[in-house]
Amino acid sequence: MREITYRQALNEALAEELERDPNVFLMGEEVAEYNGAYKVSQGLLDRFGPRRIIDTPISENGFAGLGVGAAMVGLRPIIEFMTFSFSLVAFDQVVNNAPNMFTMSGGQFNIPITFRGPNGPAHQLGATHSHATECLYANAPGLKVCTPATPRDAKGLLKTAVRDNNPVLVLEAELLYSSKGMVEPPDEELLIPLGQAEVKREGSDVSIICYAQTVPLALAAAQQLEEEDISAEIVDLRSIKPLDEKAIFDSVAKTHRVVIVEQDRPFCGVGAEVCYRIQKNVFDELDAPIMRVSQEDVPMPYNEKLEKAVLPNKDKLMAAVKKVCYV
Amino acid sequence: MLPEQRDEVEMLALMLLIRRFEERASQQYQAQKIGGFCHLYIGQEAVVCGAVAATRRDDYIITAYRDHAHALARGTSPEACMAELFGKETGCSRGLGGSMHFFDRQNHMYGGHAIVGAHVPLAAGLAFACKYRNEDRVTLCFFGDGAINQGAFHEALNLAALYKLPVVFICENNLFAMGTSVKRSTSLKQIVDRAEGYDIPGEIVDGMNFREVRDKLAEIITSIRKESHPAFVEARTYRYRGHSMSDPASYRTKEELEKYRLDDPITRLRAQLTREGKLTNEQFDQLDKRGKKIALDSVKFAEESPDPPLEKLYDYNYANGGMESGRPRPVEPAQERREGAPSPEKAKP
Repeated sequence: MREITYRQALNEALAEELERDPNVFLMGEEVAEYNGAYKVSQGLLDRFGPRRIIDTPISENGFAGLGVGAAMVGLRPIIEFMTFSFSLVAFDQVVNNAPNMFTMSGGQFNIPITFRGPNGPAHQLGATHSHATECLYANAPGLKVCTPATPRDAKGLLKTAVRDNNPVLVLEAELLYSSKGMVEPPDEELLIPLGQAEVKREGSDVSIICYAQTVPLALAAAQQLEEEDISAEIVDLRSIKPLDEKAIFDSVAKTHRVVIVEQDRPFCGVGAEVCYRIQKNVFDELDAPIMRVSQEDVPMPYNEKLEKAVLPNKDKLMAAVKKVCYV
Repeated sequence: MLPEQRDEVEMLALMLLIRRFEERASQQYQAQKIGGFCHLYIGQEAVVCGAVAATRRDDYIITAYRDHAHALARGTSPEACMAELFGKETGCSRGLGGSMHFFDRQNHMYGGHAIVGAHVPLAAGLAFACKYRNEDRVTLCFFGDGAINQGAFHEALNLAALYKLPVVFICENNLFAMGTSVKRSTSLKQIVDRAEGYDIPGEIVDGMNFREVRDKLAEIITSIRKESHPAFVEARTYRYRGHSMSDPASYRTKEELEKYRLDDPITRLRAQLTREGKLTNEQFDQLDKRGKKIALDSVKFAEESPDPPLEKLYDYNYANGGMESGRPRPVEPAQERREGAPSPEKAKP
């Protein structure tokens, strides 16, 4: 194992899959000559050339659709959205064309495409650039959605996504690109299956269910809670769809108290679905109502103080944990 | 490799089959055997038949929702087409797509797409794949005059031109986007001028004339195979029926419809062939009779076919099945109440 950044981990995943399969190509705005808006594709143009690392004009609808068309005949496009806030311009291609094709054609055309890029609120980007899209896309049957929080998960999930025969969205965490973590050496194949959560920290008093940007938040809260004699178990979903129900239920059966901390909005957010499944399947395991910590239900304000107030944070999470623990 | 020379009499038979098929579809729709929306191609037959006559069988075609004729022209069996309209398992999309979503991988028919303009980027993708693999296939992308004001259309044309993709964009200009005439929807003197904005060569063809469509397309396709580039064709045509089965087409005059009916593409090709001594009246009648019989037989086939089984509902949700198929897990019996599980009231201090 060695320590690399989240950005580097994604870069390795792209390079390894491009190397392995000639059908894989990377397309998006600024991915080639500019080396990526967030430098995730650094050096790939030099290594793989302009046939496979392709700059596009600012036409998300157009190039997302081009990717879907190319996938119909067996290429494996990796389509980068500079941010998933911009994927909304391509919503029709991602939600209508990519996942419906397999059903609509009676199983004749599966779409092995990966849509990837940063997702979720970053820092003072205002309402249009701060969307957490996981709940929108997880709602479409036929799509898979994963949300890596660590360099290891980022590499393993992206590689799996590229090899999947279905459309997969890899929602990267913009604020975590420079974060570091331990990852297997480059000569060791790292594939993390979609639909497998991971317990990032064992605990016995409360389960904190989190993903993407809320994982480091939950880990920090757990450390502080430890000092107050509350042992929190951190369950990182890693994939939103398929959802690892078993890992969630196992943790609930262990701690009997749950807080879900999500980076999206409360109304129809990921936490709402997780919460429903817990009460439906393991109601009797619960010792307290489930709490959710999410964004406030408002468009993201630019003002720094207000933005902080809208986002989930450690204080909100700790307060929720104490509430479900009745302390 | 030159396009396969397809016999003109055979192509006339295909046009007749398409018309008779659509007439049967109309009848079956009225009998409520066909659900949803149903858009008929009657009047426009020369466009797809002319274009397909200029292709190789391994070229790709993709179209919008008025797609029955495109599948038939590509060689999808009339039985599979009618069964799809009936929503049956034997349909070309296993009864899961319906009238607007015909697919036939074997015959390189890549749909049947019902969001106006949304398939034009897909066509760019198909063509991109051909160029990426260094193949000399050409993609034909059909769409209506309504599609040319959608963002997806513009983005796709720009991408195709930038990347020099081997695709022919064929606008089937039947003068109406549903009930809105081109004059009321499009700020252009003529539709073909759209291509110029993207530096794509554009041509106008008489879409009621099979030979003109075929010959122009053959010329364009030859040029593309020589050196990959996109092209644009505005085929001027007319649909005799409403936009869909539920549209009485009250936005146009009887005189206008009659004018186009006199210019009927089937009558025209028949006259050309008869004049040249390649077709007798008896032969024509036989072809028509055969078309009618095939269409009628396809109805019988569709009627007798089974519905897609409910057990397969989740089979085409995700490729590869397994947990990833999204199939709901079997419901486990409710667990027994955990011993000593407190109620919130009891637990509260």
